[in-house]
Amino acid sequence: MLSSPRLLRHHLPPLQCCFTTAPTQPPSSQILTIKKALLSGETTSVDLTSAFLRRLRRTEPHLKSFLYTPSDQTILQQAQELDNRIQNNEPLGPLAGVVVAVKDNICTCDMPSTAGSRLLENYRPPFDATAVRKLKEKGAIIVGKTNMDEFGMGSTTEGSAFQVTANPWDLSRVPGGSSGGSAAAVSARQCVVSLGSDTGGSVRQPASFCGVVGLKPTYGRVSRYGLVAYASSLDVIGCFGSSVADTGILFHAISGHDKFDATSSKRDVPDPTSQFIANDYLVSKPLKGLRVGVIRETLQDGVDPAVVSSVNSATSHLEDLGCVISEVSLPSFALGLPAYYILASSESSSNLSRYDGVRYGKQLFADELNSLYRNFRANGFGSEVKRRILMGTYALSAGYYDAYYKRAQQVRTIVQKSFRDALDRNDILISPAAPSVAYEIGEKKDDPLAMYAGDIMTVNVNLAGLPALVLPCGFANGGSSGLPVGCQMIGGAFDEEKLLKIGHIFEQTLEGYNFVPPLVADEVGC
Amino acid sequence: MALTFFRGVQTRPLLSYPSIYFALRKHNVSYCNMQNTQLETTERQEGQLKGSTREIHSKPHDKLLKDFEAVIGIETHVQLSTQTKAFCSCPYNYGAAPNTSICPVCMGLPGALPVLNSKVIEAAVKVGLALNCSLSLDSKFDRKQYFYPDLPKGYQISQFDVPIASSGSLDVDLPVEYGGGHRRFGITRVHMEEDAGKLLHTGSGNYSQVDLNRAGVPLLEIVSEPDMRTGIEAAEYAAEIQRLVRYLDVSNGNMQEGSLRCDVNISVRPTGQQEFGTKVEIKNLNSFSSVSRAIDYEISRQVDLHTQGLADQIVQETRLWEEGSQKTITMRKKEGLADYRYFPEPDLPGVTLSEEYINSIGSSLPELPETKRRRYENMGLSMQDVLFLANDITVAKFFDATIAGGADVKLAANWIMGDIAAYMKNAKVSISDIKLSSEELCELIASIKGGTISGKMGKEILFELMAKGGTVKGLIKDKDLVQIVDPVEIEKIVDKVLADNPKQLEQYRGGKTKLQGFFAGQVMKESKGKANPKLLNQILLQKLNATS
Ligand SMILES: [Zn+2]
Repeated sequence: MLSSPRLLRHHLPPLQCCFTTAPTQPPSSQILTIKKALLSGETTSVDLTSAFLRRLRRTEPHLKSFLYTPSDQTILQQAQELDNRIQNNEPLGPLAGVVVAVKDNICTCDMPSTAGSRLLENYRPPFDATAVRKLKEKGAIIVGKTNMDEFGMGSTTEGSAFQVTANPWDLSRVPGGSSGGSAAAVSARQCVVSLGSDTGGSVRQPASFCGVVGLKPTYGRVSRYGLVAYASSLDVIGCFGSSVADTGILFHAISGHDKFDATSSKRDVPDPTSQFIANDYLVSKPLKGLRVGVIRETLQDGVDPAVVSSVNSATSHLEDLGCVISEVSLPSFALGLPAYYILASSESSSNLSRYDGVRYGKQLFADELNSLYRNFRANGFGSEVKRRILMGTYALSAGYYDAYYKRAQQVRTIVQKSFRDALDRNDILISPAAPSVAYEIGEKKDDPLAMYAGDIMTVNVNLAGLPALVLPCGFANGGSSGLPVGCQMIGGAFDEEKLLKIGHIFEQTLEGYNFVPPLVADEVGC
Repeated sequence: MALTFFRGVQTRPLLSYPSIYFALRKHNVSYCNMQNTQLETTERQEGQLKGSTREIHSKPHDKLLKDFEAVIGIETHVQLSTQTKAFCSCPYNYGAAPNTSICPVCMGLPGALPVLNSKVIEAAVKVGLALNCSLSLDSKFDRKQYFYPDLPKGYQISQFDVPIASSGSLDVDLPVEYGGGHRRFGITRVHMEEDAGKLLHTGSGNYSQVDLNRAGVPLLEIVSEPDMRTGIEAAEYAAEIQRLVRYLDVSNGNMQEGSLRCDVNISVRPTGQQEFGTKVEIKNLNSFSSVSRAIDYEISRQVDLHTQGLADQIVQETRLWEEGSQKTITMRKKEGLADYRYFPEPDLPGVTLSEEYINSIGSSLPELPETKRRRYENMGLSMQDVLFLANDITVAKFFDATIAGGADVKLAANWIMGDIAAYMKNAKVSISDIKLSSEELCELIASIKGGTISGKMGKEILFELMAKGGTVKGLIKDKDLVQIVDPVEIEKIVDKVLADNPKQLEQYRGGKTKLQGFFAGQVMKESKGKANPKLLNQILLQKLNATS
């Protein structure tokens, strides 16, 4: 998939010792750098992987981003096999030697897949998710399964049945959620890239909280086969990376039609690599004429002023790059949040019916069938999951269906139309990825409505099924060296390529920021 | 059947089980254990399935006919005989060892997704067209949600508000022995859905296990209008559905294996009343005969309550047909409508049919039972013959091939319904199992009609053709069965017999003319049965009556 060796040679910045960049330099593609280093014999996959494992083992007690990691030996064995292939001049996959973490709701046949739930503790699926199969086929080294809110329901990763993950920028804060483990793992350079899933913002909000790049692909772009279902019409597997290029390469590797997912699209997925032009080669106004719509409703009251100012400076930066900025209004924006919660809860109440005590989880004894179901589900699910199952069951019940589920579907249609209209007039739309930066662990735990409100920036995009890229654009006060703020760029359906191109130019030209958290800054800052 | 009964368990509090437990074994084999006391007793063996309702022995209800009218509707589940299940690539073979034909999709494992088998659509369109339905160009799948151990996802993929086919009709000819008559029953809808697994009860009877082989097997649910009035009409409707799906080759229609299941809704009202009475559902109907008998029983039960002024004791409920006692018994009372919380299945795209697709299926449909019966009727066959021949698609095909070969219609029908049917019944084989081909039956009929062999000889070689095969011509030759049709040769034999029996000849000529039979027998014997009987009698009579 690398388009040509010539391009690599000319367009990549010089190789860094730890494959990341010096503090003030723009982020480089670790994936391309690794491949080059492996092919040139500059380093080996075993050495590279060992470096990641050392960092992972050192930081993991503070972060708890992983629910499971295989033994170092098991992981290094894969690296050794890759080194043997290189020795024998065998062809390498596009993700050769890339250390990847996978969210625990994505099935892996050689590791447990719990989706953060006690009910699936120790559950090992007999199959790999299509995305995981593709990672393996393309040479990636899967380093473990990351923590998450149970079944993806939550925005802090505190909803995991097993552990709380800390934000690498400030260990007293949440990494966001539900893909908090995957975001924290990339942020702390425990892995190169990671897979998450995004039903209402579960990739984009933690990307924003952890200062990494997060991509939520178009619905249907990446196969959902093997993704433990939360809300099937909204779920999509997404990607994290420390650069847009890495995120895009990972996205390209896992995308495409899958005969095992009837909702996966048959459209071709263009290889975005050729879009990743190094800074030195950019013309002066590389995004000249690109129409950018700033969503008015996302920068109003209730949004953290530091977030607003970061997004405003991101907008100015885009203007400097030649974009034509205008304000757009999405009148249906506020309606999206309740509609999302009704639809997602309804679908989840159905998807989670299979956890009935007959097949998964601890064996229970009961006098009759209904009490078996009752006891198992009452004791097995966490409170957030139960809350959503109850809401969803209610919304689908006879007599309420029209008022809730059907109404929410109508809102969804309106949201889709308003995005379509806005994207007819603009190439991309931008907004914050979340109304605030990362908050304290425990801060919103007992206030579900406050937590739900935090999803306002992201849920509409899931309702519309559109792709969105979140990338760090600034800082707010907090922690020892500030807390990152993410900017969300929303594109037309199946136009991830455009988002990645814009995102890449944006990050390559954004000066004065370093998005490596203090926890690992010494190590990867060089 | 098992499925019917366990559906009952689903909403009935499990009064009969002192304790239940379910267990997880390894990661991918699911089963459950259930302490069980009474489950065994309800798994009874049903009488043998009858191929048609002509063998039903029930009495019409005289008092009902006068004062009351029954209103009957039927929901039929037809299991499609597609190569693979509805949403995965597992095959389904009835009787396979438990949990040997399962995969992550039909086990409903987390992360697995359904992908529709297009053959299910094809079968649904065939059945929809054959039932004269209007087809929905845009239908969809929905989830029907309830908890039960044999339902691995906690929901069944089905169709709710937009079925693939609706508003059709089915034509039925009632059996002649029940007075005959033609009926047209309305079809409300046909929709696609997936089957559930099965609970298996261990010999010791103290726990149950789940077999998911059947989970995800495609079904068509066919719902009739409440157009039937008697047990016979209902049973004949069900038999016609079976005939139809077999003609269309979309299902084996086997009731014993559960490939065809009927649930009956029935209410009774005073004759002339417009509103329906209280509706009762009957399950566990394993044969057409039990459909008919259960309905007739239920009609008398309800009519009795009406005539005793106890109509309020008829409540909306589900009743089980008990074959042993020939009664229906309460299975569960309905406490309001079950709420299945249907909503559109988000894992499957909508089902879109083009007019072209429907037309291409329509033009490939075989001749359907009703059309065939009308054609046979027009060929001059009696209704009794028509119903027999059109009942079984394989028999009908054999008959059609025989007459297409030029055989006389009536003779072909007689042979098939007579000796061939008797042989099949005796040997317990179907017409496709016998060695006789339609070409040879044609040849046989022609050989008799043309006088090459006698009818008696024909019968003789027919059995050999059915059992061992071979050709009519070959057998006639091998057995030296060619009739003697040469008058000179017959005359010689007659002369010899007359010469050998002078005493009898004298008696005949003395007036004892019934001795003609004796002479005919002797001549036939002498010719080794090959003399053409007509010629034989003609020549014999001539010789006997000749004055010497
Ligand atoms: Zn299967």
